[in-house]
Amino acid sequence: MLRDAWLIASKDLRVEWSSKVLTGQVLPFGVLVLILFGFGISPDRRVVEAPERAVLEQVAPGLFWMAVLLSALLALGRSFAIESVDGNLDALKLTGLDPAGIFLGKGLAVWLELVALEVVLGAGAFLLYGAPLGHPGLLAVTVAATTTSVAAAGTLYAALASGLRVRDTLVPLLVLPVLAPVLLGATLATEAALFGPAGDGWPWAGFLGAFALLYLGAGILSFGPLLEET
Amino acid sequence: MTQVETANATRGATSSKATRMLGVLSAVGVAALLLFGLILSPPDVAQADSVRLFYIHVPSAIVGLYLAFGVTCLGSIIHLRNGSVFWDLLAGAAAEIGVVFAGFTLVTGMLWGRPTWGVYWQWDPRLTSTSLSFLLFLGYLAVRRLDLDPAVRSKRAAILGIIGFLNLIIVRQSVQWWRSLHQGSTLNPVDAQIDGLMLFSFFLGLIALTSVFFWLLLHRFRVAWMEHQIEAASVTTALAARRSEAADYDGLAGNT
Amino acid sequence: MHWEYVIPGYLAVFGSLAIYTVLLLRKARRLAAQVPPEKRRFLHD
Repeated sequence: MLRDAWLIASKDLRVEWSSKVLTGQVLPFGVLVLILFGFGISPDRRVVEAPERAVLEQVAPGLFWMAVLLSALLALGRSFAIESVDGNLDALKLTGLDPAGIFLGKGLAVWLELVALEVVLGAGAFLLYGAPLGHPGLLAVTVAATTTSVAAAGTLYAALASGLRVRDTLVPLLVLPVLAPVLLGATLATEAALFGPAGDGWPWAGFLGAFALLYLGAGILSFGPLLEET
Repeated sequence: MTQVETANATRGATSSKATRMLGVLSAVGVAALLLFGLILSPPDVAQADSVRLFYIHVPSAIVGLYLAFGVTCLGSIIHLRNGSVFWDLLAGAAAEIGVVFAGFTLVTGMLWGRPTWGVYWQWDPRLTSTSLSFLLFLGYLAVRRLDLDPAVRSKRAAILGIIGFLNLIIVRQSVQWWRSLHQGSTLNPVDAQIDGLMLFSFFLGLIALTSVFFWLLLHRFRVAWMEHQIEAASVTTALAARRSEAADYDGLAGNT
Repeated sequence: MHWEYVIPGYLAVFGSLAIYTVLLLRKARRLAAQVPPEKRRFLHD
């Protein structure tokens, strides 16, 4: 299973590396979203109750994760778009690879792509919104757990919509309500990691970890029947 | 078939003894709910007449979110286990009616919130998780409408139906946790001292809406069943046409 | 008090319930014309 996963993941990453869609289109899109949030929430705005920080800085964690989610939708669509060309998904099934391995492989590729994206967008959010970093350890755990959640749930739902003409419009509708609790947990944990106290963030990091494990399990179990007849 | 005969054959197309009985029960239940909910029950001490919205709001939340989506989840599990068409169609029918009831929950919840909280939308755990589940099951219904091979479509929908129901619980818990961290325990809408007639109206609402749910579920399931028959028949016709084409071709080949 | 919220609430709920029911039953009739009665036995009738 793990060997199959690694095969699929390295294949996907090689395709991404040579096509440059991720670095050339998805990444700039994410940065663009960050800048547009700055337009939507005026950078000079401050609230009376907390005048020491600009509103933009206070809500930076939520905006960062929103930008990640929106970019992730593109990355997920891309992950299955490369399979549905010329019936590649059929070919994938015929190779006799373990379905759970295919799920983990696609998820791992998406995970690595998202981490790369988050590093760039995180740096962008730091530069644009100017938030401090109080607890790097909590932030690292939060990022890892959130990315696993997004990659696992996203891969499962993108597979549900794969091979359809309406895929591009269906995936966001299916994935975003499911990832709503992830956005909630990630934002609150990141807020705690930036502004403290870290004790507020750890329960949410745990929640994100549980969510990630749940969806990893769901994906491993359901990819078999899902690929069987598609 | 003449027009009259067609009319006879289709009248009460999805009716049966069961639906007629449930239909009468539903009509009586809704009429009684209107009577008690709007006229006979007294206004609440704290909430005045807005409490009347609760006789719809809470029952439709219970029926829509837990009963209907629960049926969807159960049907999806059974369908994945043994490929049952019956349970697949029932899961789809329940989800559609569940979405309608979840919509009722949202509308009455917001109309209740305005006089009580002063705003239509409070980030209340129940309201927030209901809205997300509503959207999630809209996605489920979108999957069911896809132009796909029926077996593939049912399988994908079933996976979505199971996760959708589990997700309802996750969302509910996470939002509850979120709000309780920020603003203490949420305001409890039903106070301990509750008038007997008010409690009666609430249970009346629960019974009436449950009956309406099962009545609609039977009809909706039968509509789905007929759609399934038509879909299957069209595949058979297409196959037969293809076969006769092939036979014609063989005949031609034999002549030359 | 608050009748301005109660009445629209009840109207919206029971109005849309009535519309949904009518649409469903009309669809049932339309489909029944296409499905022969022997295929309309609903497993538990």
